[in-house]
Amino acid sequence: MTITNYDPRILKAPHPVPGAPDNWKRFFSFNTDAKVIGIQYIVTSLFFLLVGGLLAMIVRGELITPPADLVDPSVYNGLYTMHGTVMLFLFLFPILNGFNNLLIPTMIGAPDMAFPKLNAAAFWLVPVFATVLMGSFFAPGGPASSGWWSYPPMSLQNPLGHFINGQFLWILAVALSGISSIMGAVNFVTTIIRMRAPGMGFFKMPIFVWTAWAAQTIQLIGLPPLTGGAVMLLFDLSFGTSFFRPEGGGDPVLFQHFFWFYSHPAVYVLVLPVFGIFSELFPVYARKPLFGYKFVAIASFGITFLSMIVWAHHMFYTGTPNWMRHIFMFTTMLIAVPTGVKVFAWLGTLWQGNLRLNTPMLFCLGGLFNFIFAGITGVMLATVPIDIHVGNTAFVVAHFHYVIFNTIGFGVFAGIYHWFPKFTGRMYYEGLGKVHFVLTFIGATLNWLPLHWAGLLGMPRRVASYDPEFAIWNVLGSIGAFMLGVASIPFILNMVSSWARGPQAPPNPWRAIGLEWLLPSPPPAENFQDDIPTVISEPYGYGLGHPLVEDEEFYVRRSLEA
Amino acid sequence: MTAVNPEVQLNHTPGHVKHDGHNMTGFVIFLCSESVIFLAFFAGYAVLKLTAPQWLPDGVDGLEVRMPLINSVVLVSSSFVAYGAEVCLHARKLWRFRAVWLLTMAMGSYFIYGQYVEWSELSFSLSSGVFGGLFYLLTGFHGLHVITGVLLMGLMLFRSFKPGNYDKGEMGVASVSLFWHFVDVIWILLFLLIYVWQ
Ligand code: HEM
Ligand SMILES: [Cu+2]
Repeated sequence: MTITNYDPRILKAPHPVPGAPDNWKRFFSFNTDAKVIGIQYIVTSLFFLLVGGLLAMIVRGELITPPADLVDPSVYNGLYTMHGTVMLFLFLFPILNGFNNLLIPTMIGAPDMAFPKLNAAAFWLVPVFATVLMGSFFAPGGPASSGWWSYPPMSLQNPLGHFINGQFLWILAVALSGISSIMGAVNFVTTIIRMRAPGMGFFKMPIFVWTAWAAQTIQLIGLPPLTGGAVMLLFDLSFGTSFFRPEGGGDPVLFQHFFWFYSHPAVYVLVLPVFGIFSELFPVYARKPLFGYKFVAIASFGITFLSMIVWAHHMFYTGTPNWMRHIFMFTTMLIAVPTGVKVFAWLGTLWQGNLRLNTPMLFCLGGLFNFIFAGITGVMLATVPIDIHVGNTAFVVAHFHYVIFNTIGFGVFAGIYHWFPKFTGRMYYEGLGKVHFVLTFIGATLNWLPLHWAGLLGMPRRVASYDPEFAIWNVLGSIGAFMLGVASIPFILNMVSSWARGPQAPPNPWRAIGLEWLLPSPPPAENFQDDIPTVISEPYGYGLGHPLVEDEEFYVRRSLEA
Repeated sequence: MTAVNPEVQLNHTPGHVKHDGHNMTGFVIFLCSESVIFLAFFAGYAVLKLTAPQWLPDGVDGLEVRMPLINSVVLVSSSFVAYGAEVCLHARKLWRFRAVWLLTMAMGSYFIYGQYVEWSELSFSLSSGVFGGLFYLLTGFHGLHVITGVLLMGLMLFRSFKPGNYDKGEMGVASVSLFWHFVDVIWILLFLLIYVWQ
């Protein structure tokens, strides 16, 4: 095994520690400890990653041959709609809220979130809207089938005339998810503003906290319009209004504006915390301070701001007037600036660093590599003439999966491995982790890289059957997808077995700098309790030799004794 | 492991983070977010009004303004009354606070009643084209906020009878009163949009 770099004497024989599943019952209760809630979020969302992944397997199974032979085309529509919705609303959003719960309080030295009960309530809404969304499968007429964006007039179809139908449940679930996210966002932002440890000015906060704050700001501004749009859609579908019904004088494109005003920034809600994870991990595993810390911090809010004014780039081909296209093309390209600042900061951090290639670092490097690629296809798509050609083709599917899975998903895995010892008190198995990484990287590349070609050649997305000339790309894609399915096996094995009986983790196995690493693994309830440290230096002081907090030795010793 | 070195402990001045006192921050953040949903509805209203092929449903030629204007005056002045109540509470004149607070509630309830009367006299419905839908959606959504506000005020009134309720500050009353001002400002915008801009 390659777990090195910490005192082997600490590697005691496995015995139950507080984070271990031996007191697993609290994970099924209305617990208000952010660390319990964080794990609840993460485990729940990993379960839904499997559900969404299973749906994706069926979708890819269908696409492995040109004709629609595995499932009926109308079933296919339901499958990809539910796949996208599950992955976004039940996997990515909740898992990142899990990270927020684990990391924000421990990184800023707070005992808990500002509103612990609200926090627990926000989490318990997840199973509620998950049930509603899954109920969509059993609704008369089948699940919602108009794609995850639910554009009218498609989403207003209700041929069987039942009041409760798949689309109805889908809208309800999305609205509930919005409420839960707003509750979370209020909590995270308040915690960051009000509960930082003494001495932790804004420019001493770790980048993850910056990015979480920037991302939650988007939730606060973007979710209300989406909810508003969803309410109007629900009224159109069920109560006879015609906001978006052209036959009643309404405007279907207005819905697209509501939808994308949130859903474009939403991708930044997802990717910003992953930028945070990259910024936390690269310095640790390169043993160097984060290059350009202040710029990276400020760039987060630059992204928040710009992400709000680019939404119509999803509408270049839906009757958007030319002047509007130009404005949005320009703003979209602008967003490459703060994003580029971050990419260069990471590259600068890695440059001549003393790289340690363990599983979290591998996922980070893979994620960064994929993100640069996704950024290039993104700028292509932002170019109106290109987008008019490849909009709504497999190229778009390839692009956004490069962001959403190959970058965000990778970042999430990196974060899970990196902080696993901290919050479970156990080490994961490095060998299994590397197998997971290799399978994931090859699978993901094989899954989505070929789809770029299919799209450029003109294969439309959201179709169950296609012209045989695209077959080769789709066969490759499906093989990649099945590999990703297989990749979940080492991951699950690793997580379950190491959590149950992995070697006990020391407080700081990676020799990382940060308040969370001054706590025992797993941290006790209320984290630092009454001894909240006073922060005296900027984060990421690798190789600089100065302490992060006053009396650092005291905290280090105390964490070792626990 | 050895025991903690006492010297290390001595140098150390432990920090403290209070658990409470964040309520107002959280509530203000929430209100900012809530205001965006109204802004979205307002923007939708404006866009549809400017572009819809047929705005008013057949047989409808505008809204009556007199009744809603009276209603608005009552609601907007109730904001000042609520502020008055807060001043009384601040001066520890508890009974006067309760009376003035109750007056605010009465004015809020009058507004809801007025809205109800207006709705019941209108000749168009939720499904009467884009205008009908937007009218009921906007006024209804705002009305829900007014009802919530009145209920919250009732809760605060009830709590004012609990002994020692204000020992830890007047956060509840301050938040509800802030909410009430919020509901009023939204109404002013809504009134301009729907009734004045015809
Ligand atoms: C196991 C890995 C995955 C596979 C094999 C996969 C495959 C697919 C396929 C085949 C489609 C439909 C393409 C079409 O339009 O014809 C799709 C759509 C989509 N996927 Fe994935 N996906 C995977 C993971 C993810 C993840 C992790 C996310 C997000 C976090 C995600 C989000 C989406 C979204 C948002 C859509 C669009 C749905 C829609 O069109 O309404 N996928 N995926
Ligand atoms: Cu976008």
